[in-house]
Amino acid sequence: MTDSIESITILGGRSKSGSPEDVNLRLVPGHLVAVVGPTGSGKSRLLADIEYIAQRDTPSGRCILINDQPPAPELRFAWGRKLIAQLSQNMNFVMDATVAEFIAMHAECRDTRFEEAGLANLIDSVVAQANRLTGEPIVSDTPLTALSGGQSRALMIADTAILSDSPIVLIDEIENAGIDRRQALDILVQNQKIVLMATHDPILALLAHSRIILKSGGIADVLRSDEGESELLEELQKADAAIMAVREKLRRGERLGSAAFKIS
Amino acid sequence: MKLITVAGPPSSGKTSMLLRVIDWLKEQGLQAGVVKFDCVASKDDERYRAKDVPVLLGLAGNLCPDHYFVTNIEACVRWGQSLELDILISESAGLCNRCSPFIRHALAVCVIDNLSGANTPTKMGPLLKQADIVAITKGDIVSQAEREVFQYQVRKVNSKAEVLQINGLTGQGKERLGALLKQAQDIDTLEGRKLRFSMPAAVCSYCLGETKIGSDYQMGNVKSIAIPDVPRPEVS
Repeated sequence: MTDSIESITILGGRSKSGSPEDVNLRLVPGHLVAVVGPTGSGKSRLLADIEYIAQRDTPSGRCILINDQPPAPELRFAWGRKLIAQLSQNMNFVMDATVAEFIAMHAECRDTRFEEAGLANLIDSVVAQANRLTGEPIVSDTPLTALSGGQSRALMIADTAILSDSPIVLIDEIENAGIDRRQALDILVQNQKIVLMATHDPILALLAHSRIILKSGGIADVLRSDEGESELLEELQKADAAIMAVREKLRRGERLGSAAFKIS
Repeated sequence: MKLITVAGPPSSGKTSMLLRVIDWLKEQGLQAGVVKFDCVASKDDERYRAKDVPVLLGLAGNLCPDHYFVTNIEACVRWGQSLELDILISESAGLCNRCSPFIRHALAVCVIDNLSGANTPTKMGPLLKQADIVAITKGDIVSQAEREVFQYQVRKVNSKAEVLQINGLTGQGKERLGALLKQAQDIDTLEGRKLRFSMPAAVCSYCLGETKIGSDYQMGNVKSIAIPDVPRPEVS
């Protein structure tokens, strides 16, 4: 049942000041949605409502439907609910385990059974995927707590992408952690998932098919991206590539000339 | 009146969680009161009082806290009945983990937090193993993967309990816990009822207040640790 998600629907509740949200938003697999708004506008609250599959019983009063229905309690609360994978803002691990032990434990609790060789392969592929996202290589026998912020985040993204087969993915701010954000999004937006992503990043926001605008705790609007925005996105991506190139040169210790920043 | 026993290590978030659940119960028209059992000191009674929740505070001092609990809970139940509470919640810190303040037929809730380490569930003994509901707190501080791993570790120790993720700050999850408390069975009296797990076999001289160290001062229930013989160097 958890695999066959045809849609999720967000029915509006109310903003922090109590004014009603006029929202009935139905999302289907393959849909990438950005959630934008200033800090404190309620982006995390919206993601939390979806994660909890709120039934007008959270402070926002929103209702989340799965396949146009309220979820059965066992789907909503029961152990092993694997409907939703969440990538939170919390960047650091607290668990006393190595990277390899952690991946093995997570695989075990996701009911994925592996032969020894299969498990070694899985660990390698999660670590390799993480290393595609971060400039500071991760090795599998590093203790989790010794990872940097960027490494932790890269590992979490790789782990979510590879180990969580959840049809709905919630992402809270993947920027600002020294990782390749485009690549991170690509590996998360695997085929036929519904992805909601809270972001302040203009490129990520414009990559989405639509974006939910939040103001003082309430959904103020839902915009679909248009042709003009797609063109703008291309320009921004070129500029971003140019900044990344400069960053890479700095990282390698090079001296930069005034022509180092070139938008091609 | 229903009696709910809630136990978990200090600072696992029991009081914050309960304040949220009690709010929810109040919205459902149910009046809950709390007995807070602790060892040395607690200011949690003030937090309950500030929200107009009837509260009793019991400090065990130099007594074994679970012994203190079991010898007093019946009087606490009568106190709750005299106030005509719908639900009396007995809240206590996990204490030594060797026993648990869980009573048969009184709904038992164990509270444990995501930050306490992946191996903690296996160390908690009857406190976790005998609970009907396990509430896991502080999930907002760790990643989803860690939450899943931690919940799985809890599951390995107690496969029967309903496991809930609860956020004591936002109250997320309180509705489900509240609904489960609401369904708990009523009790009239604890007279003749049984604990779910026996207290540790006790009564040695130290239970009775002895402070001096040495075999001359040890009496009663004494158990020696197994120490392998140290090989002696050969004398030629």
